[in-house]
Amino acid sequence: MLSETTQSSSRKFCPPLVLGVKRLCLHSLSQVFLSETDLRTIMCPKYDVLGLGASVQSSVFENTTGSAVLPGALQQQPFDSLAEKPQFPGASAEFVDHLEFIQPNVISGIPVYRVMDRQGQIINPSEDPQLPKEMVLNFYQKMTLLNTMDRILYESQRQGRISFYMTNYGEEGTHVGSAAALDPEDLVFGQYREAGVLMFRGFPLDLFMAQCYANVDDLGKGRQMPVHYGSKDLNFVTISSPLATQIPQAAGAAYAIKRENTNRVVICYFGEGAASEGDAHAGFNFAATLECPLIFFCRNNGYAISTPTDEQYRGDGIAARGPGYGMLSIRVDGNDVFAVYNATKEARRRAIAENQPFLIEAMTYRIGHHSTSDDSSAYRSVDEVNYWDKQDHPISRLRHYMTARGWWGEEEERAWRKQSRKLVMEAFERAEKRQKPHPDLLFSDVYLEMPPSLEKQKESMWRHLQQYREHYPLDHYEK
Amino acid sequence: MNTICGWKVLYLHLQWCVCSIVRLSLLEIRVVLLLHSFVFGLCPGPTQKMNLFQSVTSALDNTLASDPTAVIFGEDVAFGGVFRCTVGLRDKYGKDRVFNTPLCEQGIVGFGIGLAVAGATAIAEIQFADYIFPAFDQIVNEAAKYRYRSGNLFDCGNLTIRAPWGCVGHGALYHSQSPEAFFAHCPGIKIVIPRSPVQAKGLLLSCIIDKNPCIFFEPKILYRAAVEQVPMESYQIPLSQAEVLQEGSDITLLAWGTQVHVMREVAAMAQEKLGVSCEVIDLRTIQPWDIETVCKSVVKTGRLLVSHEAPVTGGFAAEISSTVQEECFLNLEAPITRVCGYDTPFPHIFEPFYIPDKWKCFDAVKRMINY
Repeated sequence: MLSETTQSSSRKFCPPLVLGVKRLCLHSLSQVFLSETDLRTIMCPKYDVLGLGASVQSSVFENTTGSAVLPGALQQQPFDSLAEKPQFPGASAEFVDHLEFIQPNVISGIPVYRVMDRQGQIINPSEDPQLPKEMVLNFYQKMTLLNTMDRILYESQRQGRISFYMTNYGEEGTHVGSAAALDPEDLVFGQYREAGVLMFRGFPLDLFMAQCYANVDDLGKGRQMPVHYGSKDLNFVTISSPLATQIPQAAGAAYAIKRENTNRVVICYFGEGAASEGDAHAGFNFAATLECPLIFFCRNNGYAISTPTDEQYRGDGIAARGPGYGMLSIRVDGNDVFAVYNATKEARRRAIAENQPFLIEAMTYRIGHHSTSDDSSAYRSVDEVNYWDKQDHPISRLRHYMTARGWWGEEEERAWRKQSRKLVMEAFERAEKRQKPHPDLLFSDVYLEMPPSLEKQKESMWRHLQQYREHYPLDHYEK
Repeated sequence: MNTICGWKVLYLHLQWCVCSIVRLSLLEIRVVLLLHSFVFGLCPGPTQKMNLFQSVTSALDNTLASDPTAVIFGEDVAFGGVFRCTVGLRDKYGKDRVFNTPLCEQGIVGFGIGLAVAGATAIAEIQFADYIFPAFDQIVNEAAKYRYRSGNLFDCGNLTIRAPWGCVGHGALYHSQSPEAFFAHCPGIKIVIPRSPVQAKGLLLSCIIDKNPCIFFEPKILYRAAVEQVPMESYQIPLSQAEVLQEGSDITLLAWGTQVHVMREVAAMAQEKLGVSCEVIDLRTIQPWDIETVCKSVVKTGRLLVSHEAPVTGGFAAEISSTVQEECFLNLEAPITRVCGYDTPFPHIFEPFYIPDKWKCFDAVKRMINY
């Protein structure tokens, strides 16, 4: 395969194989001396590598347009100049002879799929997934436990016990509905408002708290702000603050998983704001082009901090972008846990079977502030928030569904509220008492092995602490 | 796996002889390296004459053969790449392993990170180092920090990013850049730059095997110009180890990539015209860099000249300079000198005036010796 390039022999001069005009090709720097072998390995149709036969346009190298035809691009029909159909490699479509711009449909855009109405009644019985009672009760308990944990940790930030917190109010349905439709082995890439997915998978309250308190039990070793959870065992990739960076990463992970052939899918969560990032465009395009078994799950909750959706995009939300990438897409009622469940389940089944990505846009509403650093009354009315809290909440809708079937009542509600609060408070009290991790952990895991220069920096820090220890909170840290 | 070993002494001696006798120009590196290759032919393991892009292909070939999870991707890699580094690999290993991506550097690196996180060996190609900047966020905020921020639950150590690097004679602003300094400031990634085909293959294989995300910059001007006998089997050259190419006593000349060859010429000129004995060091890994070898040399010689094509302000020579003066202050006989590109974008027609050529470096040596 590797051939010698020598100056002395006169070989055939091969015109540049540059496929684009913009990038400089260095064939002009020095002559390209290519052996027969080289030409063959560049899959020049002239040498009929793939036995394509005479039907293939063989004049690539005599052709001066600069575009090389590669076997991969030969899915289109053989070139036929007499046909009245467009022959462009870039798109297969018919000609049209009158000028008309395609109207983006934002008035009556992609419809919202739902199973229950706002009162928790099933609308179309054939869409009811008819999940067993235990499973539905588990959905409810996970959503409410998350809600309880959110209240307590939000308060703890207000009291100065933790530095920061983000609640999930109103979006519990998107977490639990989608998590329930996945396999535990499926890999999850989140943004930051998906704690319910982790909770559904069984991440213990102690570990949620440990991360928020950055104490010695934190799996992340105290390095990140609160709510940046991660769990290798539960296949939940550690959260990072930069938005949408997880989207192309999810595509890459899905590609690796596809090659492993283990019937796993990757799910990637993000908000409608993050979907504006370049990384989102990159991730969608890569996933579709490279045929990745991946579910893109967009939580469209109406706000990106203070920016409402009409300042975020002008098209029909995020679902409408999917077809632009060649992706199957759906919009669902994110506050309807069964709609979310059904859509995710079907997307999962097909993504694995067909090796293609799916886009689910779950419409919901962010009832809470963006974070403890935000006061949303500065940019939206209390009435608007109350509507969603009281009239269209995933937890209430599911409760109505359960009570209608006699699976839940006042007594169960009271008992569960008491129990869930007790569980959270106990975990909270335990977390409060734990120490912070050892300061050596400031320096490890930058690389797999610690470079000598970093060892020296660590030693210098300890020498400094020896001398000035009274100015540092060493007592709170593990010895 | 072979490592460069016992023939080193003979190899270095031969190099010294050649350098003193033959007046070299940049394009005549080939002559020197062919002579090296003669010596290398005596090394164990079958070798083949390869230029730098072929040595890269060889490394990639070895990797795809031995690691079933390894995949190579980027713009135009399927047909062989605009620099022919991936020629033949798609045919040999299949289209699911060597494939084109859409034209999107942030996507290429993000995708590569995801592959690595899921356990595959990801080798991403960025078409020119000048175009790596859309991927800067993914590299700096994500790849570099993956292990640290997750408490070692997750990492993307299986990721290697390759990009053509450095001046090429006519590349101008956007086909000539050396962006290593931007990344050197970011803990968590490794940056490696080879000077020759043998070095390129061994260092690239080390990057691929290394369990940290690595950026491997390939001096594009050497893709064809540098030819050596390169072992066909897999071998590794250790990272974070600088190489002393030539020992000397009066001044240390430090560079990486293409500039190493310029330094060797300067050493020959300095010996011939000034009777000055130069120690020439190839840094090889920019981050984490081999502070020990460089400082040991400066303690001996008392003088340090660092040279790179990238603009002088904030260039990596600044970091080296700062560390060396901290460690070797009392040994210095002259201020540490940097001979680098000017603080301008990389120009087109003015390239001959811009680059830190042998005359500028020679002049700096003269000034430092006479300080």
